[in-house]
Amino acid sequence: MNTVSSTRHGLVSRVVILVALMAFAVLPLLSMLTAALAPQNSTPPGLAWPEDPQWQNFADAWTAANFLALFESSVLIVLGVVPAAVAMAAAAGYGLAQLDVPGGRFVNALLLVGLTLPFEALITPLYYNLRDMGLLGTRWAVILPLIGLLMPFGVFWMRASFLRVETALTEAAELDGATPWQIFRQVQLPLAVPALSALTILFFLATWNQYLLPLVLIDDPTMRTVAGGLGAFQGEHGTNIALLCAGSLLIIAPSLLVFLFFQRHFVKALLQGAVK
Amino acid sequence: MTRDAGTRPPGHLVRRPTVGTPDPGPPPGPHPARRRRRPARRWSALLWVAPAMIMYGVFVLYPLGQSVQFSFYEWDGIGPATPAGLDNWRAIFTEPELLGSVLHAFVLIFFYTVLPVSLGLVAASLIRELRIGAFNTTARVVLFVPQVLPPVAAGIAWTWMFSTDGLVNQTLSAVGLESLTRAWLGDFTFALPAVGVIGFWLSFGFCTVLLLSGVGKIDPSLYEAARLDGAGRVAEFFAVTLPGLRGEIAVCATIGTIAALASFDVVQIATQGGPGYQTMVPGVEIYRLTFLEQQVGQASALAVFLAALVLLVIWPIQRLGRHE
Repeated sequence: MNTVSSTRHGLVSRVVILVALMAFAVLPLLSMLTAALAPQNSTPPGLAWPEDPQWQNFADAWTAANFLALFESSVLIVLGVVPAAVAMAAAAGYGLAQLDVPGGRFVNALLLVGLTLPFEALITPLYYNLRDMGLLGTRWAVILPLIGLLMPFGVFWMRASFLRVETALTEAAELDGATPWQIFRQVQLPLAVPALSALTILFFLATWNQYLLPLVLIDDPTMRTVAGGLGAFQGEHGTNIALLCAGSLLIIAPSLLVFLFFQRHFVKALLQGAVK
Repeated sequence: MTRDAGTRPPGHLVRRPTVGTPDPGPPPGPHPARRRRRPARRWSALLWVAPAMIMYGVFVLYPLGQSVQFSFYEWDGIGPATPAGLDNWRAIFTEPELLGSVLHAFVLIFFYTVLPVSLGLVAASLIRELRIGAFNTTARVVLFVPQVLPPVAAGIAWTWMFSTDGLVNQTLSAVGLESLTRAWLGDFTFALPAVGVIGFWLSFGFCTVLLLSGVGKIDPSLYEAARLDGAGRVAEFFAVTLPGLRGEIAVCATIGTIAALASFDVVQIATQGGPGYQTMVPGVEIYRLTFLEQQVGQASALAVFLAALVLLVIWPIQRLGRHE
């Protein structure tokens, strides 16, 4: 029972635990992959490499899922939501942290209401309001409400970031005669880049994975987000396991690739976003 | 690149005279304008907050008010609404279907919060101090995958896992437990726990990584002190690890609890509330009542109740986490 062998033993068992956890995280996706390669309309086993992998299932699913249209739609919705939401959150966060906004405490209290608000609490009136605005069925029906729904978290996030900036910096700029806009652009914004990029990632995830809003507010699945389109795809091809699994993997592949490519930033942003 | 931008002293930007800026001249009054601002500037500060607040007001606060208002009416979404007093609210506590959906959401809290946090704590304290570079990074990334996928994808993947031919039954058969195999999501007894497992899968990796990073921040001297006091692994866990992770636990619990109470995506994809109403949760019930049964008033009452419930449950968790 010398210490060297007992620490080595500890190390091995720790690695084993970690590997088991990792396996648990990826098993459902692996099971999907092997099922996706089985002959269509067959009943594949849960997890076994097929003898004759049917790679063309992915090509069929590409067409069946209308992949290009769906992908384009998701990108359009993300481009509609994320830059605008980040800009508005940054401006409001700056105002609340650094400028003496009249009624600032009231604004904070109002935003606090929305911080834990489930989307389900708004979906019914949103449906009727957007119908009356004539926006139902268009991408605006998802973009506009989502910006509003992201505001509480975004503003608090940016406000916390701007509160950390020393007031001496702003005051020095003020004495030099800089307007709030110049101070914002040239002093504050450069300092806020890490907070801004984390917020961008969090907003991207919230938009890309959004399911309830597109499901209710946009009839045409090809105009929805990836998550919304995925739901519709399951509805149509739920019985064809191979095609369903191939299509689902195709549809989630972009998020997986983006995540793996920027994984450092994703993990950091998610951890930070959680702790705030 | 982000780091550079964050640390670069922006002094040179401040000093640079900017074209178009009027010369401020000598500051008016006896005191130079330090913290005091001119009223005109104060009011123009509102412009910074306005866009965010307009979007928030139009698409969140106003609809929220409408939800409250709708909850006192009976309305099919088309014809005229008739006042219903407290009927919709009373129904939440008397109709088994509605009350059941709320209770199911609380059962899900166990799977979305209690299980991932407890198992995450065990995992984090076992893996603590495991510093083998590349492997650690890989582990973080892999454990994070469920968190970045759309929950809808988790719903689809696990519907397949839980199906008659899926991996869960395949594994049971392989170890000789063939008698236990079933269509899990269609089983009256096991459908809700099965949905819970999906939620567990979604939150477990994230909790573990968050707790692991928290463990890394605990002062190692605390562990040394505990060891000198003769603490065993278990005592060490309760004396050092658990208190040190208070904040992280509160975060996991908050996120998990909101995800459980306000669950929609996974349940709608995996079971749509069935079989029967065995997995019905408030989120799916609100959707169903509004868009399939045209009971807008009842849906709104449940929606407002759900929002209040989330606040009520989150409050104590947040307080526990703050108390450091």
